[in-house]
Amino acid sequence: MFYRETGQFKTNYADDQAIFPIAQDRWGIYIILGLAFLAAPLIMDDYWGNAILIPFLIYSLIALGLNILVGYCGQISLGTAAFMAVGSYASFKLMTSFPGLDFTIVVILSGLMTALVGMMFGLPSLRIKGFYLAVATLAAQFFLIWLFNKVEWFYNYSATGQISAPERTAFMFPVTGPSASVLYKYYFCLCIVVITALATKNVVRGRIGRSWMAIRDMDIAAELIGVRPVYAKLSAFAFSSFLIGMGGALYFGVWLGAAEPTEAFGIDQSFQILFMVIIGGLGSILGAFLGAGFLWLLPIVLKNFMVDMLGLSTAFSEHMQVIIVGALIIIFLIVEPHGLARLWQILKEKMRLWPFPH
Amino acid sequence: MNFSKAKFAAAILAVAIAAPTAASAYELTLPSLDYRTGPYAPGGIPYANGYHDYFNMLNQRDGGINGVKVNVIACETGYNTKKGVECYEKTKNAGSGALVYMPLSTGITYQLIPKVTADKIPLVTIGYGRTSARNGKVFEYIFNPPATYWDGATVAVKHATDIDGDLKGKKIALVYHNSAYGKEPIRTLEAMAKQRGFELMLLPVDHPGQEQKATWLQIRRNKPDWVFMWGWGVMNQVAIKEASSIRFPMDHFLGIWWSGGENDVLPAGAAADGYKALAFNAVGSDFAVHADITKHVYEKGVAIDQSYAARIGETHYNRGIFAGVLVSEAIKNAMSIHNTKEPTPAQVRDGLEALNITEDKWAELGLAGFTGPVTLSCADHRGSSSIAVQQWDASAKKWNIITDFVAPLDDVTAPLIAADSAAYAAENNITPRDCN
Repeated sequence: MFYRETGQFKTNYADDQAIFPIAQDRWGIYIILGLAFLAAPLIMDDYWGNAILIPFLIYSLIALGLNILVGYCGQISLGTAAFMAVGSYASFKLMTSFPGLDFTIVVILSGLMTALVGMMFGLPSLRIKGFYLAVATLAAQFFLIWLFNKVEWFYNYSATGQISAPERTAFMFPVTGPSASVLYKYYFCLCIVVITALATKNVVRGRIGRSWMAIRDMDIAAELIGVRPVYAKLSAFAFSSFLIGMGGALYFGVWLGAAEPTEAFGIDQSFQILFMVIIGGLGSILGAFLGAGFLWLLPIVLKNFMVDMLGLSTAFSEHMQVIIVGALIIIFLIVEPHGLARLWQILKEKMRLWPFPH
Repeated sequence: MNFSKAKFAAAILAVAIAAPTAASAYELTLPSLDYRTGPYAPGGIPYANGYHDYFNMLNQRDGGINGVKVNVIACETGYNTKKGVECYEKTKNAGSGALVYMPLSTGITYQLIPKVTADKIPLVTIGYGRTSARNGKVFEYIFNPPATYWDGATVAVKHATDIDGDLKGKKIALVYHNSAYGKEPIRTLEAMAKQRGFELMLLPVDHPGQEQKATWLQIRRNKPDWVFMWGWGVMNQVAIKEASSIRFPMDHFLGIWWSGGENDVLPAGAAADGYKALAFNAVGSDFAVHADITKHVYEKGVAIDQSYAARIGETHYNRGIFAGVLVSEAIKNAMSIHNTKEPTPAQVRDGLEALNITEDKWAELGLAGFTGPVTLSCADHRGSSSIAVQQWDASAKKWNIITDFVAPLDDVTAPLIAADSAAYAAENNITPRDCN
């Protein structure tokens, strides 16, 4: 009824190539962006910012990065947390070695550094596939974390191996450290996430993205039509690690403020992000956001609902929350193996026919 | 999608996310960052119960602190720093505003140090956390009475010296949780190794600590004279079992105070007999406070964990009480210094700095002989310290304190603390305040 493309004619190439060719989708995204930019200050306090929205944005960015590798290029990776760690430690070293550097530049440089490391660990993907590649990336996970624990240079010889983010500014205002305003941190993350999501969307529907998808769908056929696997696979590793590295820099600098390698970048973290990508929807930009929302926000909602509204004990709620989220993951994967993004797509198709389905 | 359902879901979501606010009357709000789940729950549960029960008892027996009710808000962290931060943000404005934080996690402590300093809420880390926070001139809102990990390391070495004489040429292995917590004592032990000529072996154990076969194989091969352990949660039980399976002499196996709980030694059964741990408080439930807790809390059925009744007096439970005493005394001080019934977090900070719990005061609080005096000041946020060694008696299933409460070797740690806090101040542009 209200979601219908009747009468929307595409009269030039620009209209035809738009990211959101349907006007309703376009308006939907404008409204969401409008809410994110304009309505957020109304509800923003330390809890909403530091515990809900900023982590959600950062996880979305990281899930977006992993989605390129797993969803678009079909190369499975279990080393996400290690690449986040590379981004975090790169940003820590940059922040402490060059105190005057703007944090925006720190984030971008950390991303580039992670892209290099990612490409290095992507090299095995040229020879091995599937589960074997997963094991190779698992090696990255353990090796890098061990390295950050072992070599004191990475944590500036601090007594405990803990790194903490000093106060640094981005465009004149502090964005890391305790005195940074939560609203400013939120906007900083939001801008980075919006820009990278837009860039990613355009990359994946361009030539590079198509070569990734060709490799994912059938690598031999892709080679036959002229896609070079070396470039395609390594560029996917590089681009993916670039986003994950930027996410890692934000994760450590803006959100946590202090981190130690074994806990903040453990294997659980890698799995959590892989689940976000799988639950959200492989090969979908929207999926990264939905997955991050599902796995970060839902446990908090459940916990607050059970503890504050139902008055259950904290331990019981925690256990219940793990059970409920776990059960929901299984249910979702059975009902819709292509993730939440696919559910949204089905819903849109139904709405186009509503109220007169076939 | 059915839209009324969608609206309903959205409403629940909005209400559930929003942190609870709006409490009418003033209450002394004390968030408790508990962990009753995950691999560290064996240590987290007794401590959290002790802390809750103590304030519950004050509320029931005395109607709170100086007549003002105490509201302890539990928030589950699972010993996870991210959840710890979430809990902090959620509880800091809850009720009348959080007065003191005690996360019982060195990782969360590191996370919270900059945050509480910016929010001006005191953070009290009893026997854990960042050692150099002892320097109150730099760490205005962080307190670490009555002992730090570096103190623990000096007392451990001192105990080894008392038993074996000169340590020159001997070998000491440190089995530690591979995290900020476990790494804390390394600097001190390295300094002491140089000073006293013993050899230090570092054996990290990764989270969560269930896999230690390789660690203990190395111990079996290298035969250290002493094994020190900085472990927590299930790691302790596993280590003690492994030690007994390689027949390591238990009386030369010494844990930090967090490796000295009943849960840690009971699973190893008789083999754990003779295992030692440091302690900064007495064990057992023979104190007047425990009788009051039983009478006012458990018998009235208002305890947070009613099934715990038979276990009160366990080591970690008593540390929960210890924490409760420090906080309640600090609040009393804050009330009398600032002549108010509704202290703010900054006033409680002043109360903590004025803390002076003498032996007589402990007795007055129903805890005679519980521990040594606790005296804090503006410059010294650890204060006087007294540490003893306790030993497990497997047949009686109880801990016995086997040494006197002794002071740690401050001459070893003082230069390390000065250097580390100066480095922190420089990193964070803090000008040490004047304490005169």
